[in-house]
Amino acid sequence: MKVTDIKDPEYFHKVVDCQYACPAHTPVPEYIRLIAAGRYTEAYMINWESNVFPGVLGRTCDRPCEPACRRGRVEEEPVAICRLKRVAADNKDEVKHLMPQGPFTPNGKKIALIGGGPASLTVARDLAPLGYELHLFCEQKLGGGMMRSQIPSFRLPDTVLNEEVNYILDMGIHTHFNKFVGSLKEVVDGGYDAIFVGTGAPRGRDLPNLPGRKEGAANIHIGIEWLASVAFEHTSKIGKKVIVLGGGNTAMDCCRTSRRVGGEDVKVLVRSPFAEMKASPWEKEDAQHEDIPILDNHVPLSFVVEDGKLKGMMFEKVHPVYDENGKRQLLPTGEADVFIEADDVLLAIGQENSFPWIERDLGLEFDKWNMPVVDETTFQSTLKNVFFGGDSAFGPKNVITAVAHGHHAAVSIDLFCHEKNIMERPNPMTNLVSAKMGIHEWSYDSPVTIDLRFIVPQADKKLTLADRKKEVELGFDLETAFKEAQRCLNCDVQTVFTESRCIECDACMDVSPTNCITFTPNEEEDALRQHLLMPALNKTQDLYVSMDLPTGRVMVKDEDVCLHCGLCAERCPTSAWDMQKFLYNTTKAGK
Amino acid sequence: MSYIRPQFRHPNLPKNSLGYTSKDYEGGLSTLCAGCGHDSISAAIVQACFEMSIEPHRLAKMSGIGCSSKTPAYFLGNSHGFNSVHGRMPSVATGANLANRDLIYFGVSGDGDTASIGMGQFVHAVRRNLNMVYIVMNNGCYGLTKGQDSATADEGSKSKAGSVNPFQAIDLASLAMELGATYVAQSFSGDKKQLTPLIKAAMHHQGFAFINVISPCVTFNNNVGSTKSYDYVREHVEATGTVDFVPMAEEIKASYTEGNKALVKMHDGSYLELHKLATDWNPQDRISASMALQQARAKGEILTGLLYVNTDYHELHETLGTTLTPLNELTEKDLCPGAEALSDINAGLR
Ligand SMILES: Cc1cc2nc3c(=O)[nH]c(=O)nc-3n(C[C@H](O)[C@H](O)[C@H](O)COP(=O)(O)OP(=O)(O)OC[C@H]3O[C@@H](n4cnc5c(N)ncnc54)[C@H](O)[C@@H]3O)c2cc1C
Ligand SMILES: Cc1ncc(C[n+]2csc(CCOP(=O)(O)OP(=O)(O)O)c2C)c(N)n1
Ligand code: SF4
Ligand code: SF4
Ligand code: SF4
Ligand SMILES: [Mg+2]
Repeated sequence: MKVTDIKDPEYFHKVVDCQYACPAHTPVPEYIRLIAAGRYTEAYMINWESNVFPGVLGRTCDRPCEPACRRGRVEEEPVAICRLKRVAADNKDEVKHLMPQGPFTPNGKKIALIGGGPASLTVARDLAPLGYELHLFCEQKLGGGMMRSQIPSFRLPDTVLNEEVNYILDMGIHTHFNKFVGSLKEVVDGGYDAIFVGTGAPRGRDLPNLPGRKEGAANIHIGIEWLASVAFEHTSKIGKKVIVLGGGNTAMDCCRTSRRVGGEDVKVLVRSPFAEMKASPWEKEDAQHEDIPILDNHVPLSFVVEDGKLKGMMFEKVHPVYDENGKRQLLPTGEADVFIEADDVLLAIGQENSFPWIERDLGLEFDKWNMPVVDETTFQSTLKNVFFGGDSAFGPKNVITAVAHGHHAAVSIDLFCHEKNIMERPNPMTNLVSAKMGIHEWSYDSPVTIDLRFIVPQADKKLTLADRKKEVELGFDLETAFKEAQRCLNCDVQTVFTESRCIECDACMDVSPTNCITFTPNEEEDALRQHLLMPALNKTQDLYVSMDLPTGRVMVKDEDVCLHCGLCAERCPTSAWDMQKFLYNTTKAGK
Repeated sequence: MSYIRPQFRHPNLPKNSLGYTSKDYEGGLSTLCAGCGHDSISAAIVQACFEMSIEPHRLAKMSGIGCSSKTPAYFLGNSHGFNSVHGRMPSVATGANLANRDLIYFGVSGDGDTASIGMGQFVHAVRRNLNMVYIVMNNGCYGLTKGQDSATADEGSKSKAGSVNPFQAIDLASLAMELGATYVAQSFSGDKKQLTPLIKAAMHHQGFAFINVISPCVTFNNNVGSTKSYDYVREHVEATGTVDFVPMAEEIKASYTEGNKALVKMHDGSYLELHKLATDWNPQDRISASMALQQARAKGEILTGLLYVNTDYHELHETLGTTLTPLNELTEKDLCPGAEALSDINAGLR
């Protein structure tokens, strides 16, 4: 195998599993250590720099970091990364003075941001300090996009959202709320140097051809429209019996919101088997905890309407059958169709993009799915001064992805406005420093705790179901937060090997508790993976291969289950191993 | 603060026939100097016992004094142990073995512990063919007392401080063979591939199984000019061949001796499979084995691998005809068989 190039910033970045998996690449272990140290403000600012909405995300993030967390590979559950973020947000001191302070010297460039969701707000935050004049247009009356219209208050209180949206708007953004942009052409002609489209995926799927759809229309609602109307207080009640169709997170928010506005007998009905539902496991748990049954393998057949009034729905029972490629088919079980009573039905079966307001003769190309053609690196459309990001770019995802897109688009817009090549992306900022403080002393807590994941306490169900705005999760108390933070394996403290120092005494190989290190003759990767002390079967994790050593062997370290305990460095007589703290920050616009 | 060994192990750690993983054969975290050869030998012992599915409570670790003699604290934490006085491990092991022949006796000693202060005891344990494994972690110095030359330091070897050893070295492997040890092997701490099967075979051997393991003292004897440094040993090792230990459960198909391959049947029905590199050497012939050792020494080589094995000679219990039952299991009835038995004995002495 080739010698590992540890100078390539992506090598060590990949070792920091959580940070690597995070779309915005937030330096997770760095802020977790700060939380353990009680330095909540600094922990918050690291998050804010990177993901812009720590308080929001600490409650609502889809947390792609957690399935990636190394801890999940050595014990049962990953570190509660997301909920630790909330601890930083809830316990920080005043932070505004730590943020860029306006007024900023204008740079003479004017940008339009269409849509007021996390994608546009991220672009605004990145560009405002550089002196851009930013005009944000949104049809809603307040900023936040779907974070406001869709994510219910019992998961995300308004105060938290307002605070973080306002940090950005207070940077001197020119807001144009209650303004639906009906024509991109108008904006293009408006004299902007660049335009960012962050309009999300605002259309909920319907079942227009299901029998009874028209007749029952008064009591059949599109989930995301209904959630928005609850959020903006146009709707405040629903019937006692509610069917929610769909298996994603929108369905979970619909059913739980229903329980708070009059729904007593609320059921979720989903076509797929329970285990394959799109909703995150914790969202499903929370729904079930609120006495909402989830009936899987039910395919809707019709709305049953009597005397002009919706009575319920008919379903066919199916079961999944998989072909040899693992492709799933839902086949009828042959059982009798099922009738389920309902006063109201909420359709939460998916979301789509919709760009009726973009003229098709502007030079902005659309693909066969009617989606704009957008570059995945630069987020530029085929109309050079128009950029996309968030759900509007590649379909519905989540807040953190919208933020990540926003950062990339801001970099592009900044390069574009300075007439630079937007394909030449600036390098990330990295730093690698030894964590050694003395004998048996490191600048991080190297011992590995055996605590299992701590559970975030919830408010009493009686209270939360009675008040739509009462936040369900209470967040970790500080003592538990400390213990949870200590579960982090400090994957950013890298094991760094210096060949010239190694005397091949095997001490590191013998001491490594998870058998990460092997001294062995070099081979092709597949063979090498098999011939290590413990075969390296997880191919998503790299092998760290040294140059040839005097005995002709190489040092091979399987990064997979390294605990970053530092014992290798501790037991090495020559300091050929050192533990070094690696910091990786994606570049932001103007840096 | 580091130096606390995490509880987690590799999630795919294999299990042996007892359902144990290698973790169950570990001891405390070593306090020896980082990079000490002794730690590698401990790791080989853990591996050998794991692979052989030794029941930890069926093994007793015996040692004297020295860094080497400290190592039983760092392996087989669930086994019995006796850390005796400097150089006195052989007599304690002899006593323990006579009292309970059912345990595996695993002796660990140093070159000081064996070749200096303990020489008088060592030779008699060998001579009696006491049924035990006896490993010398040989670093050519007294590590624990800061690196004075030991009796196995080679003549002309230079100490860290620069002084040259004027005395001839005691060659423990030759000595053991001369005294009648029935299993003699030599190895290097940095070669677990060779060492682990040698340990496994030694544990199966009935009789005195001696392994002299060159084990660099990284702190006091790893300097240029030392003949027990990592670099020097690596440059001068010469293997007799490789040894595989074949447990008795596995069927042997190969013929007894076939070219440079030899099979040695052990008492319990298991086999040693030797792949010889050295020619003119027959591991079952003491003269041939001694010659091979002497010749290697004359060439300045350290001959490693299995040197000599004799499965015919009786171990101490057989020689003495002692009871098959461990003493702690003998009942009062066994020990005081009554007046009639006594008068029979007395009659026999008339
Ligand atoms: C029910 C539900 C729950 C969700 N829960 C979570 C969650 O817990 N965690 C998570 O990470 N993600 C969640 N999401 C997804 C998340 O909200 C979105 O992925 C994210 O908000 C997308 O951000 P954005 O900036 O691309 O667009 P959006 O947040 O959708 O914002 C776009 C804004 O632009 C406005 N707009 C659209 N067209 C125009 C126009 N022509 N003129 C003016 N304004 C316009 C829209 O009204 C909207 O306010 C959820 C989504 C739904 C539907
Ligand atoms: C009776 C007695 N005499 C002297 C000592 C001092 N002493 C302790 S260890 C040691 C030498 C140990 O050398 P070795 O057996 O080679 O072990 P190493 O530390 O090199 O592994 C000596 C002389 C002692 N502990 N007891
Ligand atoms: S830090 Fe070193 S000793 Fe600890 S698990 Fe990783 S490689 Fe092994
Ligand atoms: S402990 Fe240090 S010197 Fe020894 S093998 Fe490992 S890296 Fe090399
Ligand atoms: S002094 Fe030498 S023998 Fe003792 S622990 Fe240190 S390196 Fe090993
Ligand atoms: Mg010694």
